[in-house]
Amino acid sequence: MAPTSQAQSRHEAVILKLTAELEPVRRLPPPGRRSLLWLSLVAAIAFTLAAVADRPAVAARLAAAPDMWLSLIGSALTMVLAAVAAFELSLPDRSERWALLPLPPALLWLGASGAGCLRAWLVPDTHAADFNDTKDCLAFILALSVPLSALLLGMLRRGHTLRPNLTAAVAGFASAAAAATLLVFFHPYDASATDVAVHVAAVTLVIFANRAYGGRMLRAEVS
Amino acid sequence: MAAAQAGDRAAYEALLRDCVGVIAGVARRQGVPADRIDDVVQDTLVTVHRARQTYDPARSFTAWLAVIAERRAVDLLRKTGRHAVREIHAPLAYERHTDESAGTGRSAFGPEATRRLGEAVADLPARQREAVQHLVLQERSLAETAAATGRSTGSLKVNLHRALKSLRARLGQTG
Repeated sequence: MAPTSQAQSRHEAVILKLTAELEPVRRLPPPGRRSLLWLSLVAAIAFTLAAVADRPAVAARLAAAPDMWLSLIGSALTMVLAAVAAFELSLPDRSERWALLPLPPALLWLGASGAGCLRAWLVPDTHAADFNDTKDCLAFILALSVPLSALLLGMLRRGHTLRPNLTAAVAGFASAAAAATLLVFFHPYDASATDVAVHVAAVTLVIFANRAYGGRMLRAEVS
Repeated sequence: MAAAQAGDRAAYEALLRDCVGVIAGVARRQGVPADRIDDVVQDTLVTVHRARQTYDPARSFTAWLAVIAERRAVDLLRKTGRHAVREIHAPLAYERHTDESAGTGRSAFGPEATRRLGEAVADLPARQREAVQHLVLQERSLAETAAATGRSTGSLKVNLHRALKSLRARLGQTG
């Protein structure tokens, strides 16, 4: 059969070419260990920021408002699970469902922040943020997300994702959640509706920027 | 695969040969048309090569390969699906498309052939001649011709088709 033998010789040519190109490779560590590496860097940044921040004030704020605790736990868990999901997705044989992993803590994060702004309306004398305060939050989240995303995407490139856009978007979610978690050291007021909206906008922006630029970066490895 | 990760070329070559059948089987199960299965095989072999550092020897190689082949098959189906949506079936437009490289203002045939073609067109039944003159020689659209002659576009198409068939038969015999 002519077409079959033609196909066989095409396969044979590819197999010989790939075999000729074969170089020994270093096996990737498991995704859990790779995500720990990135998370430990975020932890190092957290310790640095804690050293310069007004720690008693941060502690007093957290003690006074339990929903801030919940929101902090939510954003930190989102960061951890999104990082794990991104490293899982960077492997070609992993299910796309890994992308859902950070969603439950993200809901907790959003819910607790939402409860925070409800309190700002109900309790008198709460210092709610106006747009000027939130502008700094936006700048902080964006500025910190850039290096964190760049590092994460660089690490993800060592894998070989077959879903580059999804992987890059989840990586962006991890970076934005990390930046929002670290913001706790410099957040001198309760969550207000504007504040929550600005956080959501910043996180969304980081996710889409990652999807656009990071997706292209990771796709270069696929094609 | 573990040997291939360490750089063993003989083991790698044997492994890739064994992969071909497995990938083709996966592609077939995914509903890839028979003439595109080889493309899936090629894509998957290249992906296996580029992703070889991500393979964990503690897991099953066949399962790893099958998932990659499945994704490559789905990618190919999506890609061909998109192409199929963009392409349209328009035989008349295809027939009437001007060949830009043929040069303008210059007859594609010699004077003798042009004269014979003119005679052949003149001998056609009236309706068929009308269709050829408007649609082919004057390069009008079906709608314009229908408005000018008062015939339906369906009847114009049928007459053009018949005219081209008889011209082909006549000129093919003598030429």
